[in-house]
Parts: sequence; structure tokens; C-alpha cells
Amino acid sequence: MSGSVSVFGADERRTLVAPIVANNPIGVQVLGICSALAVTTRMDKALVMGIGVILVTALANLAVSLVRNHTPGSIRIIVQLSIIASLVIVVDQVLKAYLYELSLELSVYVGLIITNCIVMGRAEGFAMQNPPWLSFVDGIGNGVGYALVLLLVAFARELLGAGRVFGLQLLPLAKDGGWYQPNGLMLLAPSALFIIALLIWLLRTLKPELQERD
Amino acid sequence: MEAYLALALRSMFLENMALAFFLGMCSFLACSKKVETALGLGVAVVFVQVLTVPLNQLLLRHFLKEGALAWISPSLAHVNLSFLSFILFIGTIAAATQVVEMAVDRFAPKLYATLGVFLPLIAVNCVILAGSLFMQERDYGFGESVVFALGSGLGWALAIVAMAAVREKMRYSNVPAGLRGLGITFVVAGLMSLAFMMFSGIQL
Repeated sequence: MSGSVSVFGADERRTLVAPIVANNPIGVQVLGICSALAVTTRMDKALVMGIGVILVTALANLAVSLVRNHTPGSIRIIVQLSIIASLVIVVDQVLKAYLYELSLELSVYVGLIITNCIVMGRAEGFAMQNPPWLSFVDGIGNGVGYALVLLLVAFARELLGAGRVFGLQLLPLAKDGGWYQPNGLMLLAPSALFIIALLIWLLRTLKPELQERD
Repeated sequence: MEAYLALALRSMFLENMALAFFLGMCSFLACSKKVETALGLGVAVVFVQVLTVPLNQLLLRHFLKEGALAWISPSLAHVNLSFLSFILFIGTIAAATQVVEMAVDRFAPKLYATLGVFLPLIAVNCVILAGSLFMQERDYGFGESVVFALGSGLGWALAIVAMAAVREKMRYSNVPAGLRGLGITFVVAGLMSLAFMMFSGIQL
């Protein structure tokens, strides 16, 4: 595995960078969209959700990897689930303590990080076979890849739907005497699906080897 | 009675788990290639949902909520364990799917042949966990939680079966190469989500 001399060698760098663009969990692997799309109406919600997922994925990977040699195969899913659930409880409690308003708006979606396919997928698919430090880095990489897509979708939805970015009015709305007529659809559920579809289309046009033939 | 009916309709159509809340998207996209598989998964989701949401409701009310432990000793009347709910929910769900899988295998092998493969999948399906989380957030009683579980499960099953039907027909259409497979599935899901929004004007 990785060179024991350097703490952050080529292996780590590759593990960190690959999932951010080239092997993006949402765009390429299409994982973890379950709890993601609904929080992208505003950028601050997406950012908080993204940070939560980065933390949970990284720490869950670390913990799962630490106990991987002591976990019997038959109960590994339960072990992973309880590790992940404990971490999500911490995230949820911290949000409730310091960002109460936002935690109300995120409502059940924070709890749903538990069943987010990215977290489970990385714990099962990567952390079970790799040493702790590398798993931790992999968790960060995948979390960042996920958060980036989330922010991208939220950027499009908040800008086109409300003319704002992070709550800051960039495009003056028509009803306040400006020129921008907001696209209300962008704030409703279907637009997230359309935006993800466009992202996938773009990605697969740029990288034809990802296209499906059926 | 009327309130239950309204709740059932709302959870089935207005607040459709798949199309309004994007829950269970992973399996919604992966298992909707054939109507038959979609139907199997849909039935399994309804089944597990109706089992786990009321069960979690009971456990939550009698063990975790503030003052729920007062029956052990009055000194525990102010203990509030509801922060443990995530672990409780996921534990119940994992255990329930396991028990159901074994029971179905033992008593209804034919049903197991169609449902069996989906049951382990369902343990990590967001719809199931979300059902329990919504139950906690909205503070449903026992009766409401049964109705909500049935409604939301059926709504999800309806959505995935409809999706599979559309995808089967779509095999004959000429989709741009980059959109083939998942891309077009997202577009279709978006259109279905738009269609389901027409229910939002209905007052019950």
C-alpha cells in the first residue's frame, strides 16, 4: 500500500482527488442522491449538508477501517450502520445546538445521512479493505465530491429561482423594481432532477466512455 | 376517520416520498428497468414500512421520549433519550428486515423468491428511515403512523412502478447518447414529479 515514509504520498493524493471530479460519487457513480436533492434550494443549506456528509463519511471510513480486522463478515452491516448512526447523531446535535433554524429546515435530511449510499458505499467498498489513514482521505475526497455537486445544483437553483447566492441578492427581482423575473420552478422539486440530468448529460458528453448502451 | 383518509391521500400523492422528497432515489433509479422488479420492490417497501413505522412509534413513545421511562422509577421522569432515536430507528429497521426475510423464507417460499432479494436492500433504503423520521418530526400517534406508513409506502411503490412502465416503453425511442440510461431517467422522474404536483391544489 502507501509508502510508510510520507504521510501524504501519491496514493493519498490520488485517493483524495479522484472522487472529486473524475470519479465523482453523484455524477459518475450516481450514489447518494437520495437525501441530497431536497436540500439544494438554497446554498447555505447545501453547504451545511455537504460539510455534514464530509465529516460523517471521513470519520465513518476511519472507524470502520480501524475495526475492519475484528468485524465478523456476517454482522459487518450492523457494525457499519451503528458507527454511521452515532456520527450522524453527533452532527445532528451540533446543528441543533448552534444552527437551530437551519436544522429545522433540513429536518429529516440530516438523519437521512445514515442511509446515504455514499457513506455506506465507501465504508463497505473502501474502508473494509484499506488502512485507516487512506480510508479517511478517501472519505474526505468523496464527501467533497458530493458537496461540490450539491453546491453546484444549489447555485443554479438559488440564482435562477430567487436571484440570490448564499442569501445575497445578486439579480434584482422584478417585483422589487429590478429586471429579473425569477423562475419559480427552480425552487420546486422537479428542477433538481432536471439539473442533475443536465449535469450527467454534460459529463457524459465530455467523457463518452461513461455513456450507457442499452 | 376523515383525518386518516386525508393523511393517507396526502402521504400517497401530495407528499410522494420519491417524487416530492427524492427519497429512496438509489433503488428508484436502479430497480426501475422492469415493471416486474419494480413491483416486487414496491411491495417489499410497503410491507417493511407498515411494519417499522408503527413499531418505531411505540418504542419512541414508551422508551425514548421525555418522561417515557417514568414507569421504571419516578426519578427517571425527566430523562429525555430522544437523541438516540436515529440508532433506535435504524436498529429496528435492520432487525425487522432480517426477521421478515427469515419468516418469509420459512413460511412463504414462493413470495421469498420474488421479495427475498429486495429485503436486505431495503434496510438501507431512505424511504424506510424517512418514514420513521417524519413520524418523529410530525409527532404522529399510533393510528396515524400506521396510515402514514401505508400511504407513503404505496405512494413510493406507485411511483417506481409508473417509472418502470415509462422506461420499458422508452426502449423504442432514440435518446441522445449522453442522456441514455440514467440521464433520461432523471428527466422522466422530473416530469413525473411535475405531474404529481398537480395534486397539491387539492384541499381535503
